Amino acid sequence: MKYVDEYRDGDLARKLSATIAREADPGRQYHIMEFCGGHTHAIFRYGVHDLMPENVHYVHGPGCPVCVLPIGRIDNAVELAEKHGVILCTYGDMMRVPASERRSLIKAKADGADVRMVYSIRDALKIAREAPEREVVFFAIGFETTTPPTAVAIREASAAGLKNFSVFCNHVLTPAAVAHILSSPEVKDHRTVAIDGFLGPSHVSSVIGSKPYEAAARDYQRPVVIAGFEPLDVMQATLMVIRQLNDGRHEVENEYTRVVTREGNVKAQQLVSDVLELRETFEWRGLGEVPNSALRIRKLYAGFDAEQRFGITTSKVRDAKSCECPSILRGAKRPTDCKLFGTVCTPESPIGSCMVSSEGACAAYWSYGRFRGPDAPSKSTQHSAPKEAAE
Amino acid sequence: MTLMSRFTSRLDLNRGVIDMTHGSGGRATAQLVSELFARLLDNPLLAQGNDGAVFSVPAGRLVISTDGHVVSPLFFPGGDIGKLSVTGTLNDLAMSGARPLYLAAAFIIEEGFPLRDLEIIVASMAVTAREAGVSIVTGDTKVVEKGKGDGVFITTTGIGVVPDGLDISGSNLKPGDAIIVSGSIGDHGIAVLSKRANLEFETEISSDCAALHGLVADMVAAAPDIRCLRDPTRGGLGSTLNELAQQSRVGMRLQESAIPISPDVRAACELLGMDPLYIANEGKLIAITPAHTADRLLSVMRNHPLGAEASIIGEVIPDSNAFVQMDTLFGGRRIVDWLTGEQLPRIC
Amino acid sequence: MCLALPAEVHSIDPARETAVVALGPVKKEISIALVDDLTPGDFVLVHVGFALHKLSPDEAARTLDLIRRAGEDPIEEFAA
Repeated sequence: MKYVDEYRDGDLARKLSATIAREADPGRQYHIMEFCGGHTHAIFRYGVHDLMPENVHYVHGPGCPVCVLPIGRIDNAVELAEKHGVILCTYGDMMRVPASERRSLIKAKADGADVRMVYSIRDALKIAREAPEREVVFFAIGFETTTPPTAVAIREASAAGLKNFSVFCNHVLTPAAVAHILSSPEVKDHRTVAIDGFLGPSHVSSVIGSKPYEAAARDYQRPVVIAGFEPLDVMQATLMVIRQLNDGRHEVENEYTRVVTREGNVKAQQLVSDVLELRETFEWRGLGEVPNSALRIRKLYAGFDAEQRFGITTSKVRDAKSCECPSILRGAKRPTDCKLFGTVCTPESPIGSCMVSSEGACAAYWSYGRFRGPDAPSKSTQHSAPKEAAE
Repeated sequence: MTLMSRFTSRLDLNRGVIDMTHGSGGRATAQLVSELFARLLDNPLLAQGNDGAVFSVPAGRLVISTDGHVVSPLFFPGGDIGKLSVTGTLNDLAMSGARPLYLAAAFIIEEGFPLRDLEIIVASMAVTAREAGVSIVTGDTKVVEKGKGDGVFITTTGIGVVPDGLDISGSNLKPGDAIIVSGSIGDHGIAVLSKRANLEFETEISSDCAALHGLVADMVAAAPDIRCLRDPTRGGLGSTLNELAQQSRVGMRLQESAIPISPDVRAACELLGMDPLYIANEGKLIAITPAHTADRLLSVMRNHPLGAEASIIGEVIPDSNAFVQMDTLFGGRRIVDWLTGEQLPRIC
Repeated sequence: MCLALPAEVHSIDPARETAVVALGPVKKEISIALVDDLTPGDFVLVHVGFALHKLSPDEAARTLDLIRRAGEDPIEEFAA
């Protein structure tokens, strides 16, 4: 596949690995937060750890829209399917996420609710057109990458005068989350969570551009390197972060220039702001209430807002007592620090969202990397020993 | 039409549908069996028209296996539920090293199912069975009310005989053994997915649905000390290897670069966010064999049309955790985990 | 973030704002409502059935070149 396979080249990887080993200063530790769940997945799936020196650490961030959706919102989705009898269309990612009382969309479907997995919101529109007598609700999640498609679909539904289609909107914003983490006490004052620099999201940035990160880089004095999705991109961007840290710089750099520009996709940004507007605040699982971090549907399109149409109110639901997802999402703990990891909480019976989403740190660690534990045949102990905080 | 004719008019195979009378055991059932099933599956034992087929068995160890088939959609590129129901059970028998003898087939059909589709499916079974040198010698038909079945479900049961001297089992694996796969992975699952509503995409991929007992016969003749054979159906290569590792309490170390995957399957998996390691195969097998016979076995497999792309993909290693590890194309290492449930396409 | 892939534009339907794109040998119809000025042969980033951005072949080549050069060992360069 063109523009994909070249960035997975094993030979280039080995050479880059040698360069990184040469340039990483043995006298310091490098803690790089890879914000984006897609990066977490790539790092584990390709075993990028094995190509990094011991003093380069990836800290997994909350850039997984499945993981950061609060339980109360998933309860709302289940409620829409069960109590309101709608055709609830959802991306595959959300099907197994546990809601309250261990309910989930896949369980609701098994009990007879009309829950349908779709690849695209366009498929939901098609279902709505083909079943005009049924209410169709699309469970919209995702960061800025996934938001423009929702905006296009709402506009299309409006132009077509569709009367039975609405969206349950849970779109969230990246720069707000980055700033929130950097301004959190753990990072800012106490430095119990060491974050020296960021790998910026690939595809969010193709939409919003590299400009929005400039404030964070400047105000919090951390380098941000926007990294492509493929493992070579991740390694190259890691090298660029290391070089900035060695030089004492904190700029926004772009490794993913083949689809990311400074301005981003202006047409998409405009369309989103035509159809959606900022929520004053929104709860993120693990981060609490974050101001100006999420979007809702504008009044102009209120007819397509499932929250209005079905009178949805969201309750605050606490995470299971020992579930460490909140800390893991902030980079404050690692999956192996959670008492429930691998014992009560596994992909078969997930307690928290970090285990259900294939990008969640816990799922990634379990599925791809748990052989790196103390009693595994592999001698790589890089991620089994406890880490020291930043110096 | 004579007075002695059993049925007043022939089944309307073009426009007719299954109704509740066809499952009642009365005349309608008999007509369905006679004009559709028996006509197409045509063999002496079935023609006897008894409740069961009586036959002599050769000396040796017998193996029996059964499989329920619920694939959706019923018709997919490269096959249909009928073909699948035959190859599926034949392959289960073959994985014991057996030569298949006879098959039985039970149908649960939904009220309203078009006779024309049923005819295509049963004809497909007949062709597949004939090509494999086996007959479907007995069967059953039930009809369920509309909405209580997904068109048709087919359960097939097969009997085969295992040659002497073979000891093929998932508990036989030993460190040092070679792991061989008979060809490209993921073809069947992707072919089926490409036709599912809400996931449609265009591809040339056909299901690899095929009966493997001919290939297996060549393999066990060349390498009678094969430890184990298994076909990676639901759950794919990844799940099957994990099952074997657990059964024998050993680990595995695979080379991603050695695993054959077609460009279509690779691209479709990328598009859907799925891992080809967990996608179903219906015409492939995994063979675990002592290291010293690996090359010989590989060359025998490659000489057979169903094993042309056979490849040694890794080796068995000692590991009490029974992890299946893989050296990635990229150079790092990862686990190939045991899939929890069905793999779902993802956006993230 | 988010699973997005570069796919080649095969044909465009301006009236419906859709295109048929190919990822290797696999084809799919997607929406191009978010990207202007496309012609067959262009590559676009595809996410959940939508083209999000045009891919720049020049920048792609430049990135690969940067990666290759970053992988060069300065000492080997001298010795060569």
